[in-house]
Amino acid sequence: MAAGDSAMGGATTGAALSAKDIHKQFGDVVALDGVTVDAESGGCLALVGESGSGKTTLLRCFNRLVEPDRGEIRLGDTDVASADPVMLRRHIGYVPQDGGLLPHWRVARNVELVLRLRGDRDAPERARRALVLVGLDADKFAHRWPRELSGGQRQRVALARALAAEPTVLLLDEPFGALDAITRSELQDAFAALRARLSTSCVLVTHDLHEAMLLATRIAVMRAGRVEQCSAPAALASNPATPYVRMLLQRARIEQPVAT
Amino acid sequence: MLSALFALVLGASQGGGDRPIVIASKPFAESYILAEMFAQLLEARGLRVDRRPGFGATELAFAALRTGAVDVYPEYTGTGLTAILHEKPAVSAAAAFQRVSVEFRSRYGIRWLPPLGFENTYAIAVRRSTSDSLGLRTLSDLVKAAPHLRAGLTPDFIGRADGLPGIQGAYGIRFADVRALGPAIKYQALAASQVDVIDGYSTDGLIVRYDLVVLTDDKHFFPPYEAAAVVSRRLATENPRAIAALGELSGRLDPSAMRALNKRVEVDGVPVTVVARDALRALSLIDVARQTVADERSSTGLVSYLASQRATLARLTARHVELVVLSLVAAILIALPLGLLLERSARRAEAVIRGVGLLQTLPGIALLAFMIPLLGIGVRPALVALVLYSLYPIVRNTFTGVRDADPAAVSAARALGMTDAQILREVRLPLAAPVIMAGIRTAAVIDVGTATLAAFIGAGGLGEPIVAGLALSDTRMVLSGAIPAALLALVVDGALALVERWTRPGGL
Repeated sequence: MAAGDSAMGGATTGAALSAKDIHKQFGDVVALDGVTVDAESGGCLALVGESGSGKTTLLRCFNRLVEPDRGEIRLGDTDVASADPVMLRRHIGYVPQDGGLLPHWRVARNVELVLRLRGDRDAPERARRALVLVGLDADKFAHRWPRELSGGQRQRVALARALAAEPTVLLLDEPFGALDAITRSELQDAFAALRARLSTSCVLVTHDLHEAMLLATRIAVMRAGRVEQCSAPAALASNPATPYVRMLLQRARIEQPVAT
Repeated sequence: MLSALFALVLGASQGGGDRPIVIASKPFAESYILAEMFAQLLEARGLRVDRRPGFGATELAFAALRTGAVDVYPEYTGTGLTAILHEKPAVSAAAAFQRVSVEFRSRYGIRWLPPLGFENTYAIAVRRSTSDSLGLRTLSDLVKAAPHLRAGLTPDFIGRADGLPGIQGAYGIRFADVRALGPAIKYQALAASQVDVIDGYSTDGLIVRYDLVVLTDDKHFFPPYEAAAVVSRRLATENPRAIAALGELSGRLDPSAMRALNKRVEVDGVPVTVVARDALRALSLIDVARQTVADERSSTGLVSYLASQRATLARLTARHVELVVLSLVAAILIALPLGLLLERSARRAEAVIRGVGLLQTLPGIALLAFMIPLLGIGVRPALVALVLYSLYPIVRNTFTGVRDADPAAVSAARALGMTDAQILREVRLPLAAPVIMAGIRTAAVIDVGTATLAAFIGAGGLGEPIVAGLALSDTRMVLSGAIPAALLALVVDGALALVERWTRPGGL
């Protein structure tokens, strides 16, 4: 089935996304305990929390790498549970923390991955454009091996690979987490600029509240498999719903307007 | 696929109906000499023969005779009685022969021809210096000295009721240490004082060469072993000419004659074919007009020996390569899919791989003995054994290589919409290729070494001169097999290194 084409709108409009009352248990461990989050079409939802808070598990529910025990996830009009997982994933971009580039493929081949899976005849050309989009010189980088790239370049290639097929939704799992401070800040700026140009909806997992404030249109603070608060960044900062959110804001030294 | 592969090899080796008489021997000089005498005698009577000397053990030779894969080989009545019928040693030579000829005929249809005329029995030997300093003349003398002496005994002797357990019971002999030594090296080990006592055969030529003292069996514990030709049911019933020809040797070899023949081979280094021919001629059983074979051990060096044997060595090397290549290909065809299959059910994998690993620990002779009734002798059982021995490194490396292939890359590939089959083919397998190739290389090099086992079951290969050379105390003959085998291992490893480089994906 054409999960993306029919269900997720055109290539230029990101899908609104939502997760409703998601439960997931691994053996005795409750990973997600009734999670509900949402983001508008073209928005960027940041899942913020500590290790073990369930944020990555929730992210992986969106492309069915994890199957929830209960609950519903929608991308635009599509209930993901009804989509073929493999086809679904080909319409959802994905950037893992370490880039996840296939080490035995050159940069160009890596970026063409999803395009080729979808049988796109223009794969090489579109892959080049994706490289340019993420700020890499296609002539210079197309024929390099992943091991010849710096950490920042690797994440840019991973981003290009995720975007090359122009997905309606992009999932990012701590994409800048392993980078040094300067490179991370460069990549965050590049990502923000991309977001301004593309209307792809994003789900961004991060443990860094600053990063979430900088990049997201909605932030869901997660703790022990539950959502403490899901709201726009400004509302979160001005009106923390729980003591935990307040503590996170204080730790991150994010200014809270004085209550009047 | 596999059966087609085997059929390819076997089609050639299993010819038409009128097959030659298959003659085997066990891996020691006397057995080689007697088998060669049988062969030349039958040839002189106009019969076609197929020589398969050097079977690895009594069980192998007997299993082959019983199934009809071998037609005749020289055996000893005492061995037949104890090692095959698992009975107590007989009191007299006549009783032993009587018993085995009746029992073998009724149980297996195997015929013992009348004995050749000499007895060969176990002999316990020490260095002359040991004998002198400790005053050892008889096995009874040994009782007191044994706790200070180290014994080097053939595995056969250690395990048999008429061997070590027997003399422990009959004499109360307890050695300080008992080591299992192959028949080929025990004399050298004794001469080099690595051990103090060995078992031998009373007709061994090497007893003379190393100036050893044979301790008298004063309690007459060792049963008298008479040598005789044992003959398969088929030969006995279908080929009276062959039986008549072999019968011409009955009663013709006395102990001193046999010892002299053994000495010529073991000590003087005269080729078995020459010794056998001379012996038959001395008995007026054959009539050879002119000698064409070079007689006594030539004083030439190893290089010219190798040169003189090059036709034989080329044939044996070709057979060796055939065994290695076919068994390796078959092992890959089995082990690679098995390794991939196991990756899918990791819970069962460890158990299965350990099971495959256990195959590695099976003693070669036991494995071959087990297969003779199913597969006969020659190339087929050898191939199966080699395949079984080659599986482990390939299965293990395929499994771990595919399982441990860059987890980040594999999970990204799944997240981006590759199917499991695509992930296996395009990600896991290429990433695991170097590890899998390393397993194949390991298997191949081990295979080249293990393929020498084929000689134990009449399948030829470079093990043939190694086994024969060890049995005949002929170092040049051993090296003529060992050196090409070592070179072959290097060549195979080098060739596979190239394949490994070629299969290794770029970027790693």
